Amino acid sequence: MLHSVRVTSTGILLVAAMCVAAPAFAQGPAVPAAAGTEAAQDPQAALRAQIELLRQQLEALQQKVAALEAAAEVPAGAAGAGGPAGALPVYGSTSALSKIFNPDMAVIGNFVGAAGKNTIAPIPALHLNEAEMSFQAIVDPYARADFFLSASPEGLSIEEGFITFPTLPGGLLMKVGKMKAQFGKVNTMHSHVLPWVDVPLAQTNLLGGEEGLNDSGISVSKLILNPILFLEATGEIYNGDNSLFKSYKRSDLGYVGRLRGYRDVTEGTNLDLGTSIAYGHNDAGPDSTTRLFGVDATIRYRPLRRAIYKRFIGRTELFWSRRQQPAGDAKAFGAYVSGDYQFAQRWFAGARYDYSERAIDASLKDKAGSFLVTYWPSEFSQIRGQFRRTIYAEGPVANELLFQFLFSIGAHGAHVF
Amino acid sequence: MKRFFTTAAGLSALLLIGAAPSRGATLNVVTATQDLASIAQEVGGDKIKVTSLAKGYQDPHFVEAKPSFVLILNKADLLIVVGRDLEIGWLPPLITQSRNAKIQPGSAGYLDPSQTAKILEMPTGTLTRAEGDVHPLGNPHYWLDPENGRRIAKAIEKKLTELDAANAAVYAQREEDFEKRLSAAEQRWKGQMAPYKGLKVVTYHRSWPNFADAFGLEVIGYIEPKPGIPPTPQHTLDVINAMKAQNVKIIMVEPYFDTKTPDSIAANTGAKVLIMPPSVGGVPQASDYFKLFDTDIAMLTGAIKAAGAK
Repeated sequence: MLHSVRVTSTGILLVAAMCVAAPAFAQGPAVPAAAGTEAAQDPQAALRAQIELLRQQLEALQQKVAALEAAAEVPAGAAGAGGPAGALPVYGSTSALSKIFNPDMAVIGNFVGAAGKNTIAPIPALHLNEAEMSFQAIVDPYARADFFLSASPEGLSIEEGFITFPTLPGGLLMKVGKMKAQFGKVNTMHSHVLPWVDVPLAQTNLLGGEEGLNDSGISVSKLILNPILFLEATGEIYNGDNSLFKSYKRSDLGYVGRLRGYRDVTEGTNLDLGTSIAYGHNDAGPDSTTRLFGVDATIRYRPLRRAIYKRFIGRTELFWSRRQQPAGDAKAFGAYVSGDYQFAQRWFAGARYDYSERAIDASLKDKAGSFLVTYWPSEFSQIRGQFRRTIYAEGPVANELLFQFLFSIGAHGAHVF
Repeated sequence: MKRFFTTAAGLSALLLIGAAPSRGATLNVVTATQDLASIAQEVGGDKIKVTSLAKGYQDPHFVEAKPSFVLILNKADLLIVVGRDLEIGWLPPLITQSRNAKIQPGSAGYLDPSQTAKILEMPTGTLTRAEGDVHPLGNPHYWLDPENGRRIAKAIEKKLTELDAANAAVYAQREEDFEKRLSAAEQRWKGQMAPYKGLKVVTYHRSWPNFADAFGLEVIGYIEPKPGIPPTPQHTLDVINAMKAQNVKIIMVEPYFDTKTPDSIAANTGAKVLIMPPSVGGVPQASDYFKLFDTDIAMLTGAIKAAGAK
């Protein structure tokens, strides 16, 4: 706006200047060369009068421009209005400009504590389980990039780091890098968005633990447009070396496929269904493979008018694992059912039931039940308590109280639904 | 192994199904909120088809990023956002998942009219989240000033002309007409509010600075102690005391907030709680941008008369 006003005022000045020049030029030839001094003075007086007139006109115009400028004040924050006052900090010799292109950065602390006895899968009494650092930005007009680095007692690792091409021809969405495979629901979630302190037993037993199916690879997904529901098909190829699969040679890749359907039932209720498959070589031997099949269902209820006070998410996932091993195929099944209910702006209550056989030996069956309470001081922090009773296949029963403090600083991008 | 390849083949076949969505002659416009939808409809008329993602009775900060929105965005020719980080919690992943090159930020089909609007409460000095869920780019509820309504319309007209030059004259004419009608209505609204210039009110969230600025209200406090932080007993007491001291008789509450605390404050101060829609569609009668102000002004003036506020 300011720019155009400036252009206009320059234009007015130019026109004004031309107006001053033009009459003088036009009058030149009209004055006879042999005219007397009086005649010569007369045009000069006329000229002066005209200049005076033009000066007045110019003044009037300038006033008008000033008035226009005042009326069209540059809105705060718009281009040309200046940003937040003060220079950006400059460290070392880099220019301040480089800070502008910095990615959105955030750090999320995940502090977990445990009380009670667990002889099978103990976790420390108090520990900072993870500090997740995220760096997210648009790369160029064609892609965006997301990095999630995870610092944990085991060291620093790349939890995810991928580039997304959202606008490929044919309506394809492609991701390349290290990422959580699109297998089911829990496997795709970062620990800070899980509705529990831990992960379900089925994830631990059949999908390779909390880390799960997380590998380097290429993911391509497409919307299958139809008038009935949201339908998305995803195909992924991975290096095949992760906590579930093992790659013995370059051609031992891991494959994941997923079909997801979603439909709004009412404006506040929706249903989300998915089925996933995964295939890769396992650690039993170069010729042994693991096939995984999963089904997931989520129902969500969140009334729009009271969205910040009330919601319910019911979720279940079922996994079937078929693992080839020298002693014969192991066919294991695992599942969980969970419900989370928000009953006040900052309060959530939840429960989960787990059942899972072990991938290596399906005759070993673990069961667990959990109750949870979560409190959100704000959007950026969360305190959670989980009572968990686990009955392990080996016999011991573990009654544990897990608690968690999650806290986030910086600009963390929104999560996929 | 064979079974795997069959499945893989099946999946790749699925990937190939689904041709590019067919597009009609009208521009498919998607807006983040119903306010923008209403203004876009005024400018675009029957040359565009408008869909709003969020409903007016929904808190625009907390909209669920539902996959059904992905389908809507997938077919959009133009996406109009409120901007100023209002939709930061839900819109960016939807845009990424939309597989629609036209509406990616920075593309021709992405419009943020806040760039030319009058924005209030631009933070100055140090900014931390100790202030609550603050908006670092200024208050995003800027559409509640008719002046910004005109600026939004102007921005939309410019964008529609850019995307659909054939109908430029229609858009220009409709935009001019909208501005004229809005200015006339604004005169009327300001006239209705003129007797109460400087009226002190309390609001739940910081949704109303532009409205207060336009119609001469003075917001002396908020039910929320800080943006996004629910009311605390101490803060509620402070609000009650401030309202008593300054004889404040009006509490404005957005339709998506709980009225328990406002009601108890009202009981203690003799004030009236108004469930005032900050957006088109917030209540059924606020069905377009004009009726939004009609509704709000009528509610306000009615309550002032009833409560005898000054």
